[in-house]
Amino acid sequence: MPPKYHIATSQASNRFQKITRSGIIAWEEGCLKCARCVKKDCVYQVYEKRNLDGRQMLDSIDSVCMDCFRCVQNCPNRLIHKGLNPSYKVIGDHYWTPEIISNLWFQAESGRIPVSGAGYGGPFSGPGFDAMWTDMSEIVRPTRDGIHGREYISTTVDIGRKIMALELGPDGEVLSPAPPLVELPLPVIFDMLPWSPPGDNIPLAFLRSAKALGTFAIVRQTGLNPAIKGFLSNIIIYVDGNPDDLDTQFLRSARIIEIPGGEDPIALQRRFKSINPDLVVIIRLRLGPKTAEQVLALVAQGAEAIHCVADEYGLEEGSNPLFIKERMKEIHLHLVDKGVRDQITLIGGGGVAMAEHMAKLIICGADALSIDIPLLVAMECRVCRRCKEGIACPVELESVDPQWGSVRITNLMAGWHSQILEILGAMGMREVRRLRGEMGRAMFFEDLEREIFSTMGKRG
Amino acid sequence: MATDHFHFPETKKAPSRFRNALGKYRITITRACTNCGLCLDLCPYGVYQAGSKRPKASCDHLCIGPSCSKNEFYCVNRCPEKAIHIRSNPSFEVLGDRRWPAELLAGTWHMAETGTTPHQDLNYKTGNSGGGFDKIRFIFPGKNGNGKPGTGEDISTAIELNRSGDSRPRVTIPLPLYLGGMSFGSVSIVTMLSRVRAAVALGTFCCTGEGGYPEELMPYDDHIITQVATGLFGVREETIKRVRIVEFKYAQGAKPGLGGHLLGDKVTPRVAQMREAVPGSALFSPFPFHSVYSVEDHKKHVDWIKETNQKALVSVKVSTPTDVDMVAVGSYYAGAHIVQLDGSYGGTGAAPDIAKKNIAMPIEYALPKVHKFLLAEGIRDKITIIASGGIRSAYDMAKIIAMGADGVCLGTADLVALECIRCHHCESGRGCARGIATTDEELTNLMELEWGTQRIINMYTAWRTQLVGILKRLGMKSVAELVGRFDVIAHMDYMKKEEIEGELD
Repeated sequence: MPPKYHIATSQASNRFQKITRSGIIAWEEGCLKCARCVKKDCVYQVYEKRNLDGRQMLDSIDSVCMDCFRCVQNCPNRLIHKGLNPSYKVIGDHYWTPEIISNLWFQAESGRIPVSGAGYGGPFSGPGFDAMWTDMSEIVRPTRDGIHGREYISTTVDIGRKIMALELGPDGEVLSPAPPLVELPLPVIFDMLPWSPPGDNIPLAFLRSAKALGTFAIVRQTGLNPAIKGFLSNIIIYVDGNPDDLDTQFLRSARIIEIPGGEDPIALQRRFKSINPDLVVIIRLRLGPKTAEQVLALVAQGAEAIHCVADEYGLEEGSNPLFIKERMKEIHLHLVDKGVRDQITLIGGGGVAMAEHMAKLIICGADALSIDIPLLVAMECRVCRRCKEGIACPVELESVDPQWGSVRITNLMAGWHSQILEILGAMGMREVRRLRGEMGRAMFFEDLEREIFSTMGKRG
Repeated sequence: MATDHFHFPETKKAPSRFRNALGKYRITITRACTNCGLCLDLCPYGVYQAGSKRPKASCDHLCIGPSCSKNEFYCVNRCPEKAIHIRSNPSFEVLGDRRWPAELLAGTWHMAETGTTPHQDLNYKTGNSGGGFDKIRFIFPGKNGNGKPGTGEDISTAIELNRSGDSRPRVTIPLPLYLGGMSFGSVSIVTMLSRVRAAVALGTFCCTGEGGYPEELMPYDDHIITQVATGLFGVREETIKRVRIVEFKYAQGAKPGLGGHLLGDKVTPRVAQMREAVPGSALFSPFPFHSVYSVEDHKKHVDWIKETNQKALVSVKVSTPTDVDMVAVGSYYAGAHIVQLDGSYGGTGAAPDIAKKNIAMPIEYALPKVHKFLLAEGIRDKITIIASGGIRSAYDMAKIIAMGADGVCLGTADLVALECIRCHHCESGRGCARGIATTDEELTNLMELEWGTQRIINMYTAWRTQLVGILKRLGMKSVAELVGRFDVIAHMDYMKKEEIEGELD
């Protein structure tokens, strides 16, 4: 039995007051001064624990309240009300919603997965990743004792090119060159950020966590500096500068490098591999309507791994952009159709915001994926994008303690790891490699709607 | 049971157990009030109560709001001192979620309080989830439509649970619904007994869930479904023999494909004894059944129960995977009388959010798939299909029947009748702060058995009235006629208004 992949977590408290959904509004005027005030009966002791934020004008926002409404319903003079927190509603945007962001905060703080009672309370479906469901199997599947045993589900993926058949010499010796592979224990790498407050602390937090997890963080060549040199074995350099400037010593020890998909990436790949044949080269492509053809051509020329990147909303380039999950399906199926899918590693990225997106993008054809914004959110980022405008970060991310930050990111990844195990376990799968492209084990909104709802209401 | 002559229980008023019921509107009376008492006389809904200085609007949840202004009894206009103000209840927007918005909760509470359909402007028929049931409407024939409306009294809402034609007893229930499993330990004994007693009064069944058969339930054996689930907790030959229906739970919609997990804190000595476990240590219900890896194994399971209890019907509860239709056929051939499809958006127990939202499909897709598949197999009339997982209202119930179910199984709606507000924190600290899903003694005492029983009876009585109303408007004589009538419902995204002949509701 291979060793279990285990992510160590530890509680990492917020530095700033958490922004929660609702608050309590209590008026004093008209208070009867009851001998036993309903505030004393609070099951969660909210009123005793109230942790008021001195920087806030109002003291009504409360992060301990669980919305049980008992004080609201029992106050004799009805002086207590609940209200939606206006600052909660404006967190993030239409894609990076307050629900997603607070869900990520919870995991980053605790390392636990969000659990709740009373069924699902959200919308029926939605755009993008919310328009699909994953499968489960009722009986035929590996055993799984509650949460015991699930550690035997593997989340390992390989990055690199695979050969489809071995060529043997007359004496049975293997003639085919074995291309290098890098094994990731989790199908995730950390990507460069679309926007970020300045400084080394954020990349240092990423790299510390990447090291703890056994994965990699992509760092721009132009962003390399002595502060991060200690993490070289967890860095994927993105060659955004002059390739000649790269240190040969570094290239000889690096395991993965990422290059732009611009002019003849294969020539650049050859050049790097001539220096270090064990180097895995990832070609980074901006996702667009022609990506499937581009990927196919690159596979034919010997590409090893391709990183298809959408924008932070999961959208590709172009005037009528497709969502990454749709384009990834097309790329995957195109390669399957041409019989070359297994030769290459496909990494998808952009718009991956929750653990379920990870599973869903893999079902749609990615081997692994890259994440960016959730790593910042793990460190309390509110996705306000002020840093993009050069305005100061409200949670002072530029001065974040890299150690604390890395624990938060590792906690978040532990939560995601546990959740992908839940998805795989429900489907009866023992490893994430088998999930790739398993579209038959998913249910798509468009198909189900057409099959079930479009025929209703017709007579005869 | 002669269900056509079934005597439905009486409804009795069962107001909120908290001082202030939650309603859509808030009424305030200013100091200008001279306590003339006119508002008390005017309001037909009983909003006001007399007070020493001025009337109290203690039942403002019964107020119909500004839409009352067209009535001559509108208190705001009639008050000689202009002392009455109506505004929206500010707490209302925090209440509920997309599937159970505040209006649906308040509407359901009204039914549980009064036994009648809400008169306030509350949408008690659908939620706000933007799809599925919430986008489906009935197409009722216009005023001069083809239906021949009966009086309502002669419309049958009864369904037969044993359609197999075997030698086992026929079991008819007077309403197309029974109550789903919530184990002792996950809910309080008061909650459990309230549900069971309501099921008895309504002539239907209530499932024990996995976790044993508390002796308090024994007087109600004839209305109990006992569950055999993967942990086999509390399953004994003796309990199998007591009941008329035994249910196999393969999976549940709340967490399809995942096992159950009862936290150590909830394993009190009483719970532990019933489950033959150690107090304080967490209990895992594995997934799947470790004795079932094929349809043949499944048949062996069903045979085992049938042999143990020669009179019981066997129900098989499954979740909604891609191949849900094959699972249903398998259940039929293994000899099940009932197949219960538990959709992925329902459930009451604690579960990982990722599972609740993403794993398996909503019941609105699964049920029609299974219905059509069994029809094509020629076995649809030999098995009873029960839908569960996301049925929130009488309208959801009627819609899923029109989509192919024979009846429904409910859980969350019962809890809402008991004043669950869907805060989703069933597992926090000492358990449900409202005393529904807890074994904490003090919290359990927040609710009385008589009250709980009556609330559930009241709600389903109101559902029955609404179901009869729907059948009447469709010109149907029985709920059995509604099964699989996709022609009487439409999905608003796929049907243009002008295509529809009749009235949408």
